[in-house]
Amino acid sequence: MAPVPSSTYSAITLNINGEKHTLSVDHRTTLLDALRERLDLTGTKKGCDQGQCGACTVLLDGRRAVSCLQLAVAAEGREITTIEGVAEGERLHPVQQAFLDLDGYQCGYCTPGQICSAIAVIEEHAAGWPSAATDDVRPEAGPPPLTPEEIRERMSGNLCRCGAYVSIVQAVARAAGAEVETAKAEEAAA
Amino acid sequence: MKEFAYQRALDVSGALALLDADPDARFLGGGTNLVDLMKTGVERPTRLVDVRELPLDRIEVPADGGLRIGATVTNSDLAAHPEVRRRYPALTQAVLAGASGQLRNMATVGGNLLQRTRCGYFADVTKPCNKRVPGSGCPAVEGEHHNHAILGASAHCVATHPSDMGVALAAFDAVVSYETSDGPGELPLAEFYLPVGDTPHRETALPPGALITGVTLPPAPVAAHSRYRKVRERASYAFAIGSIAAALDVRDGVVQDVRLAFGAVASRPWRARTAERALAGAPADAETFAAAADAELAAAKPLPHNGYKVTLMRNLVVAVLTELAEETAR
Repeated sequence: MAPVPSSTYSAITLNINGEKHTLSVDHRTTLLDALRERLDLTGTKKGCDQGQCGACTVLLDGRRAVSCLQLAVAAEGREITTIEGVAEGERLHPVQQAFLDLDGYQCGYCTPGQICSAIAVIEEHAAGWPSAATDDVRPEAGPPPLTPEEIRERMSGNLCRCGAYVSIVQAVARAAGAEVETAKAEEAAA
Repeated sequence: MKEFAYQRALDVSGALALLDADPDARFLGGGTNLVDLMKTGVERPTRLVDVRELPLDRIEVPADGGLRIGATVTNSDLAAHPEVRRRYPALTQAVLAGASGQLRNMATVGGNLLQRTRCGYFADVTKPCNKRVPGSGCPAVEGEHHNHAILGASAHCVATHPSDMGVALAAFDAVVSYETSDGPGELPLAEFYLPVGDTPHRETALPPGALITGVTLPPAPVAAHSRYRKVRERASYAFAIGSIAAALDVRDGVVQDVRLAFGAVASRPWRARTAERALAGAPADAETFAAAADAELAAAKPLPHNGYKVTLMRNLVVAVLTELAEETAR
């Protein structure tokens, strides 16, 4: 058998926001540190660095993931989208616009992760994925309405230490076009 | 973190060969537990063999019913699959009760089974832990153990298995398939996790160097009427302090078939067979459900600060079985 390579670093190419970046990484480098420290893409934030706060959320092949637990070397070949890549030129992504319009933040540190996560939440819901807040998960029951309870459960991987959750839920609902459902549910709860 | 080599495996035999070549190598799936443990120094592999891209990412429905779930299927894909939601709804609910949307997109079925306990002493390399350093002691027995095991533990380790998914798999008689360089093998989930005894560092019956390739669920009509309920210290995104996967078939007020498994009470997902035996053929009422729970929990050995789990699990059994029975009656 050929000797097994034992190098602890690799030359890799990362596909980020449609651009290819070639760099040499120590295998210990997380995608989060590669983005921030090596590629100057500092929109993605480091919070807990242990997968618990969601500040470092990015999209991998269109699905949300925490970049602090993703090794950079293992992200080679995947389509990586960061907060820097969600707008179309000067036109903000509808989720970004909704967070701006409804003050879906206070200090802003968790916001890039919240927005990347919310973009994925809206797609997951549109694809019919149930959540832990969904009463009946059987496919025959159909997709659950995107109520505040559903949004809160689906966004629970993103912490906001300022506590801007009320406007974050409203922003996600507006971007999803689910404001009517949200208003109805809030009225019923009141 | 210790430095390590990295290779991406493209087929199962390649993955096995890479692991065999290095006794301190580990397979890397989603990495949501392993990478975290490497950061804190609990895991110190010399090499990672990345198995995420192996062609084991399908969920198949065999002609005789049941399900075959590939080891690299993500938690998200498992939970969203229409046949899982239709025929094993408690499995979808269990997966969705665990972690966050981000982590469920990364985590794999094989990795979920092999994740490590969240006991705080295990995670802290400055503390003794028989699971991490055999023979060093277990500070949890006398220390912080409000969320530790009440069933099947020993004086050497009282840690719990943290999986939600595993609880539903235990209820539905899952069988774990694996490959080794000497050939394939299978382990029923009931035999997959080893008794704690005085060897808490030995967690599974997998042979050294084995790669989990998938999980098979046998056909189980009762599973279509099933539920997972998780109790935790906040509404979302937390580990259980007690959970239950239950399936129930009632006819003319009598229990025809029942499946019951508990989470967060033992070193493994706990199949409640004593309770199941007490329920079979018995009247489907709250009194019977409570007596069955008591029969199962008679074996409980709570510690000074986790005795609440006995009451919690008893109440969970009664509440969830009562709900399932009432739905059948409608």
